[in-house]
Amino acid sequence: MLPPAAISCEARDGRQIVRLSGHWTLAALPPSPAALEAQLRGLADAAASWDLSQVGRLDSAGALLLWRAWGRRWPAAAEIPEAHRRVLMRAESVPAPPPARAGGGRHPLLAAGRLALLAGGHLRDLVALAGQLVLDLLWLFANPRQAPLREFSATLYKSGAMALPVTALVGFLIGVVVSYLSSLQLSLFGAEAFIVNILGMSIIRELGPVLVAVLVAGRSGSAMTAQIGVMRVTEEIDALATMGVSRSLRLVLPKVAALALAMPLLVVWCSAAGVFGGLVAANLQLDLSWGFFIEALPRAVPLPNLWIGLAKGFVFGLLIGLVACHFGLRVKPNTESLSTMTTSAVVSSITIVILADAVFAILTRNVGLPL
Amino acid sequence: MNEPVIDVRGVWTRFGETVVHEDISLAVERGEMLGLVGGSGSGKTTLLREVVGLLRPSRGEVRLFGRPILDPDPDVRREVRRRFGMLFQQGALFSALSVFDNIAFPLRELKRLDEPLIRDLVLMKMAMVELAPEMAGLMPAELSGGMVKRVALARALALEPELLVLDEPTAGLDPDRSENFVKLIRTLQRELDFTVIMVTHDLATLAGLASRVAALSERRLVAHGTLEEVMAVDHPFVRSFFASLRRPAGA
Repeated sequence: MLPPAAISCEARDGRQIVRLSGHWTLAALPPSPAALEAQLRGLADAAASWDLSQVGRLDSAGALLLWRAWGRRWPAAAEIPEAHRRVLMRAESVPAPPPARAGGGRHPLLAAGRLALLAGGHLRDLVALAGQLVLDLLWLFANPRQAPLREFSATLYKSGAMALPVTALVGFLIGVVVSYLSSLQLSLFGAEAFIVNILGMSIIRELGPVLVAVLVAGRSGSAMTAQIGVMRVTEEIDALATMGVSRSLRLVLPKVAALALAMPLLVVWCSAAGVFGGLVAANLQLDLSWGFFIEALPRAVPLPNLWIGLAKGFVFGLLIGLVACHFGLRVKPNTESLSTMTTSAVVSSITIVILADAVFAILTRNVGLPL
Repeated sequence: MNEPVIDVRGVWTRFGETVVHEDISLAVERGEMLGLVGGSGSGKTTLLREVVGLLRPSRGEVRLFGRPILDPDPDVRREVRRRFGMLFQQGALFSALSVFDNIAFPLRELKRLDEPLIRDLVLMKMAMVELAPEMAGLMPAELSGGMVKRVALARALALEPELLVLDEPTAGLDPDRSENFVKLIRTLQRELDFTVIMVTHDLATLAGLASRVAALSERRLVAHGTLEEVMAVDHPFVRSFFASLRRPAGA
């Protein structure tokens, strides 16, 4: 083990000589270098003379410690071997710390303004991306051979077919829970038969589309953001651009289109599982016969509700795909930005889907209600 | 204290059915600068990864500073790892941290230096690798290839290592910058007196930096010695690898 840094003092001719010995390296310094520095500073203030000839190794950490203790200047009297002097001269060249900058830009008004600008930037980019997709679509009508069909079908499989089990499971369980809780309330009023109305309306019109949107945003939206983001980090998107391949046509359009197609299908699938779950629970809880349930469902839930559910699925799919790709394209080439953008993509797409759901509720408030 | 800095003892490496190394033994003494050469796929980088403990050899052992690099005691492992610095081929800078924070990272990990001292140390390291203090605030994505290498070197040197491990130190640099970088490493080595092991395929880097050369070919160490000694070895790989060096000398 290295002999650690040590200090010894002796008085000669009425002057104090500080003799340093041992290795003055990062590894050999004591666990708290600050205490050693304070001790050295005390000795430096006493106008001592220094002897470094016994020092074994001196590295930049040891040299900086000494230099700071000396008050960033050479002591009046010192015996320093040539090798150590060179290391100390490097410490000398380190600029003194600049005065702390006054913190600015923390005013709440400034913060609000910055937030508004950021939101405006996102909105502008989203609109630009959507517009670009429309242009791409128009161009594809003229050049149908250029359609990115492989990417489209790959996304359809990954985001649609692979999501079937989880959406069915979640739909079924939510159906069971809604049916069970409602049947407890309905049996208080002796209105058991209305379980069909409650289940059918809530699941087909509201819960199905929103549940699928949340699941798809978490499953496929995050994956799309991360994929495009990593392609930006590794410059793959730039490589595509140099080959004359449009990133919106090849990367964004197939994803958005596939989600817009897969989501309505998933909504039907998830709603069916939810209604089935409700049916099972109602059968067990209220002894409602299966035949009655199936016969009553079309009367309780008019057909327009199914169209509303499908339309919601289509719009939510578009929104999730757009938001996911938008955030993916904003990833900066570092890992931190990748994780921030993926989080933002999922949070924003779920928020936007719920906002859009509210808009749907207002626009369709007179449509599809049983007479 | 006279044991070798790196001691590779009878290392075998096997990936599935493929044997990469067959009984390789190699010792690097204090102050040496060893260049590891070999054809592509000869396992140079694999051997380097075994030296720094990123990969466990199938058989045999690697010792650094007289201690096994994969010692079962985590404290010993940590202590050994603090005594060497590694420069990765692509720099491997933390992309979310600025240049300053990248170099300060190993110093902060020690948990016993105060922030002003860390600041001074980082600026000193940056001056050592000839980076202007204004670069401290830049992010790795904003740096050119040569600067990434310099920052990575400063980070590798942050803890004043006794051993510097270089993986292709000049890959991706143009000849002019690569020569400067070699010069920089040589100057720093003279001042700080560390041992170097490096993997390179660049003859200029090898000739400018390595005091000793080890050549890997067909799973074995086929030559080990000074550059002249290795060039004198009669082996097909060695002959073809050094052909361009030998020709101007013979002309």
